[in-house]
Amino acid sequence: MQNILSAQNITKRYATHIALDDVSLEIPTQSIFGLLGPNGAGKTSLIRIINQITGPDSGELFFMDEKLSQKHIGQIGYLPEERGLYKKMEVGEQALYLAQLKGMSKSDARKKLKYWFDKFEIDAWWNKKVEELSKGMQQKVQFIVTVLHEPKLLILDEPFSGFDPINANIIKNEILNLREQGATILFSTHNMGSVEELCDNIALINKSKKILDGSVKEIRKQFKTNVYEIEFSGSMMGFTNSLWTFGKLIEHTIDGDRCKAMVQLVGATKSNQLLHAVMPVAEIYSFKEIVPSMSDIFIAKINEE
Amino acid sequence: MNKIFLIIQREYLTRVRKKSFIIMTILGPLLMAGLMIVPIWLTMQKPSVQKIEVIDESYLFSDLIPEKELIQFDYPGISFNAAQDTFYDTDYDAILYIPRNILEGGKTIKFFYKKPIGVATEEYVGSAISKMMYDVILAHNKVDIDAIRDAEVNSRFRVLSEKLETTGKSKKQDAGTSMAIGLGAGVLIYMFIFLYGTQVMRGVMEEKTNRIVEVILSSVKPFHFMMGKIVGVALVGLTQFLLWIVLTFALYSVASVTVLKNIEQKQIQQKDQILKIGADLKYMDMKKIEKPDAVTQIWNDFKSIDMGAIILCFVFYFLAGYLLYSAFFAAVGSAVDSEADTQQFMLPITIPLILSLIVAPYVMQEPDSSLTFWFSIIPLTSPITMMVRLPFGVPMWELALSMSLLILGFIFTTWVAAKIYRTGILMYGKKITWKELGKWLFYKG
Repeated sequence: MQNILSAQNITKRYATHIALDDVSLEIPTQSIFGLLGPNGAGKTSLIRIINQITGPDSGELFFMDEKLSQKHIGQIGYLPEERGLYKKMEVGEQALYLAQLKGMSKSDARKKLKYWFDKFEIDAWWNKKVEELSKGMQQKVQFIVTVLHEPKLLILDEPFSGFDPINANIIKNEILNLREQGATILFSTHNMGSVEELCDNIALINKSKKILDGSVKEIRKQFKTNVYEIEFSGSMMGFTNSLWTFGKLIEHTIDGDRCKAMVQLVGATKSNQLLHAVMPVAEIYSFKEIVPSMSDIFIAKINEE
Repeated sequence: MNKIFLIIQREYLTRVRKKSFIIMTILGPLLMAGLMIVPIWLTMQKPSVQKIEVIDESYLFSDLIPEKELIQFDYPGISFNAAQDTFYDTDYDAILYIPRNILEGGKTIKFFYKKPIGVATEEYVGSAISKMMYDVILAHNKVDIDAIRDAEVNSRFRVLSEKLETTGKSKKQDAGTSMAIGLGAGVLIYMFIFLYGTQVMRGVMEEKTNRIVEVILSSVKPFHFMMGKIVGVALVGLTQFLLWIVLTFALYSVASVTVLKNIEQKQIQQKDQILKIGADLKYMDMKKIEKPDAVTQIWNDFKSIDMGAIILCFVFYFLAGYLLYSAFFAAVGSAVDSEADTQQFMLPITIPLILSLIVAPYVMQEPDSSLTFWFSIIPLTSPITMMVRLPFGVPMWELALSMSLLILGFIFTTWVAAKIYRTGILMYGKKITWKELGKWLFYKG
């Protein structure tokens, strides 16, 4: 069982527009999968279909090689983008209720809640009403409720929005922890930094179509532009002349006798050749390949469409 | 199934624990018991005896006005002016002035009072004097008073309507009591549907606006979630209703031990007295005394109407009517983003309900008209109209038809509502029109 979830040719239409057009996804077991795309691209529609909140018009989903059905509900945990709890209900009671809806027994849920409440140091909130908590506190409670039943597949829609940096870090570590313990995490986000940091694989959706997917490493390699950043001291003029046929100067900054230049290799030039060429005219401090960030790839890819 | 039970449990417990529920549950019976007890208590308040000074310039009524409990007449035989002058030195409550020409025209008798003496006293005195004048005038014209009195008494009769059953037996029925029972039941159902229907709507809207619905729908099917809420709220309504009945009867029985005991004893004493006097009276008047008083009359009517059947029907129409409408209320709650947007959808839903209350008086007047028939068959109006109509007797087949249509009706509305609910609950920031709602019916799950 290599893929915990496989979606094949999913199409979802609404009255006036198509939300998903023939989208296929493979999510490898025990990995972190990023679902990326601009607002309104169809991410939430896809997530709702995986959660069986709505159904696709056509296409099929498989969960651990079985056709996705109601019996898998207990193995999926879902944290929606728009968080919400019953405001007038007490925290503990509400968490128990939501856990039981996921199929846990009451005593089991109580035990696990105790563990998580200890871990997040929020024991004191058990008998408080949700409306008495701050927004960040509510998010913590909701995160616990999402992971409480130890789902095999965890779906997090914008998990870091609404958390301060400290709490976002706690959540990030929990996500990594959960993967260690065998869970697969599918999360959608606009935060490209967290994608580079966390995701093993991604899929990019734009205008209801999947336009890119694969492992983060592969994609970044694929989009690399052979640009190197060189820091040196010496004459900028001499440096530029020395590039000759090896590289093309894209941009440069001069700060006193320190210069920084971005050079793109020309043709089949290797990086060592470039280094050789510039070494006689400049004192090199640093030489580094510029790999495009996911953010650059994201923007480039969306603008291409 | 287990999950529906969880949902029902939550909906029920969170509502029953609310302060507003507890307050309403206690206040309701207090109000109802108050309605029953206060009038009785008021009648027990003994007003002080009124002493009236009669200045009779016509000399026709001196010492003759029949006294009544709590009203005493005095005939001091002084002049009107003297009486006026000394009025505030005496303990009389009022001066009754009868002018000399009372028999001739200019017929005004006057009360002069310190504090108002009350309509009841005025009317009593007025009619007593009028009766005496009547006799005096007849006597003046040499008419046999006894003959006229006999004619008056003998020409009295009651109007009774009885239903002739096919078995040949007849049932006594008083239209007044039937009307009260039917209308009361109809209004209760109307209130119940509105009160708890809007609770369902608010609950759905709350879940939609605070977005918890998405988490829950990843665990349960929308239909189950909606039905769990509807059933949970129905149980809250039933609980409140049952508690009202129990508490009302408890209060009433406590009150009857203390307050009503006295009344009963007094009534028995009065009856004994009347019977003693009655022994001296003519046969005709005896019969009048034996006529049951109003309370007993209503009680007898209650017994003549099949209360068991009515209560059963009431519970049925109560629940089925609520189920039918609450599905609509849930759909409306799911379609809108705020309370203000509910108006446009609420109106068409409430029109049938309001309409069936409006036609209720007509239904009571014409329990067999075709309008009544259709209103008590069509599911949207039948819960109220049928209850209003029921005490007047409804053929078995009509009742069966109405009930089965209502069941079909609520299955249908629930199906329609579930379709709207499913789509609406996840739809945000869109102004919903009727056309839009119609489209949702045909979306695939």
